[in-house]
Amino acid sequence: MNIKKTSLNNLHIKYGAKLVEFAGYQMPIQYKDGIIQEHKYTRSHSGIFDVSHMGQLFISGGDDLTNDLEKIFPADLKKLKTNQSKYSFLMNNKGGIQDDLIITKTSDGFLIILNAACKYNDYEVIKSKLDNQYKLILDESLSLIALQGPEAKNVLNKVIPGCDSLKFMNGNNHVYKNEKVYITRSGYTGEDGFEISIKNSDAETFVESLIENGSKLIGLGARDTLRMEAGLCLYGNDLDNDTSPIEANLKWAIPKSRIETEFVGSEVLKNQFQSGVKKLRVGIKPDSKVIARGNTKIYNDKNQEIGKVTSGTFGPSVEHPIAMGYVDNSYSTVNTKIFLEVRGKKIPANICNLPFYKKNYVKGEINV
Amino acid sequence: MSEVKYSKEHEWIKLDGEEATIGITKHATEMLGDIVFAELPEKGSNVDKDGTAGVVESTKAASDVYTPVSGEVIDTNQMIVDDPSKINEDPEESAWFFKLKIKDKSEMDSLMSKEEYEKFAKETSA
Repeated sequence: MNIKKTSLNNLHIKYGAKLVEFAGYQMPIQYKDGIIQEHKYTRSHSGIFDVSHMGQLFISGGDDLTNDLEKIFPADLKKLKTNQSKYSFLMNNKGGIQDDLIITKTSDGFLIILNAACKYNDYEVIKSKLDNQYKLILDESLSLIALQGPEAKNVLNKVIPGCDSLKFMNGNNHVYKNEKVYITRSGYTGEDGFEISIKNSDAETFVESLIENGSKLIGLGARDTLRMEAGLCLYGNDLDNDTSPIEANLKWAIPKSRIETEFVGSEVLKNQFQSGVKKLRVGIKPDSKVIARGNTKIYNDKNQEIGKVTSGTFGPSVEHPIAMGYVDNSYSTVNTKIFLEVRGKKIPANICNLPFYKKNYVKGEINV
Repeated sequence: MSEVKYSKEHEWIKLDGEEATIGITKHATEMLGDIVFAELPEKGSNVDKDGTAGVVESTKAASDVYTPVSGEVIDTNQMIVDDPSKINEDPEESAWFFKLKIKDKSEMDSLMSKEEYEKFAKETSA
């Protein structure tokens, strides 16, 4: 298979990126400064992330579109105002998550941002569930750039004036070099920030102008440590086909108004809402400096296996190892003592609240 | 005169009499990225040539540290356990990993000189 390149590939090379293959794309894992400096720069100033590998699916056409999409997604799309975004899921009939995504209502339909590794399959699934009745465009002529961090609004406002008036989880059309760009206020780092959908041919000059205004390119490595500190899930690690949104502790993303209604996987979710779940995603803080990575087995104090870690790293801002994973529900209470099997040793750890890092917008606050 | 040699697993070893000091090379730290965790062998334990004698972890992944020669661990560097970022800063001097009382000096013979290692590192990372 040919490895795809995003429109920023030359720019990644120019800024000294270490490139790796990710979901079929050649992507920057880090630049010259390294993961920790990139992570900290995003938290203290602002970071630019090339997320053009993600899918931008535009759906339009027909008065019944909102109704028909509600049969697929457990979001309250009827209440969604134009330019408002919601986090939701594409599920299978067993309530397992096929992808986690952001749905934004646009002037003529909906824009759905999909994970890179899932996007082609999502497209087919959604198209077939909609009985081919609507216009679906997985638009690869557009790049997607995320700008994240406390200075993101100031940097972006210099390049595209007026975007700082956007509210969180809202979007709007703006103009860059006489071309339309679509900007949402959202992100994946626990910081304030924006995602900018822009024509491939304009992406490079746009990113250069963000850099000229003080921002820096950040690789997938820091994107991963930032999202883990923010307690956010990575599809394929923390979410998969065998895990429901309730088990993933993402119940907040299923509005009460939809629980009694029908959508793909609704029966399983309704049942889980009523009777609870066997496993639950939790935050995990090891007592020592040992890092527990994905697939680390979790034990109780009687040496019985009770779950496994799905993501783990060293948190550069919290300056401590952090992890998340799934445990038997009876061990999911905060401060429950658990043990992580790392290199044959049982490492003591505690169940803890997510996120590990919580931004206080007046001054930074750390939550470990 | 002390002798410094290098292994294919990117460790360096400096031999002073019977005392061997072992660490990882600058090239290794550049491949690993920011090091955030280090685990060292226990003082008094015996390690065998090419066996695991420690672990380093970057934000991304864990890697084993091997010992290029056999011997008894006589000292370990607590500084790098307390602050693993020192390994990135000064890998071939102050951020050594452990010291051994070498068992068999002839095990040094199969290791690479500085020039040989630099050539090896360049070829394997290309």
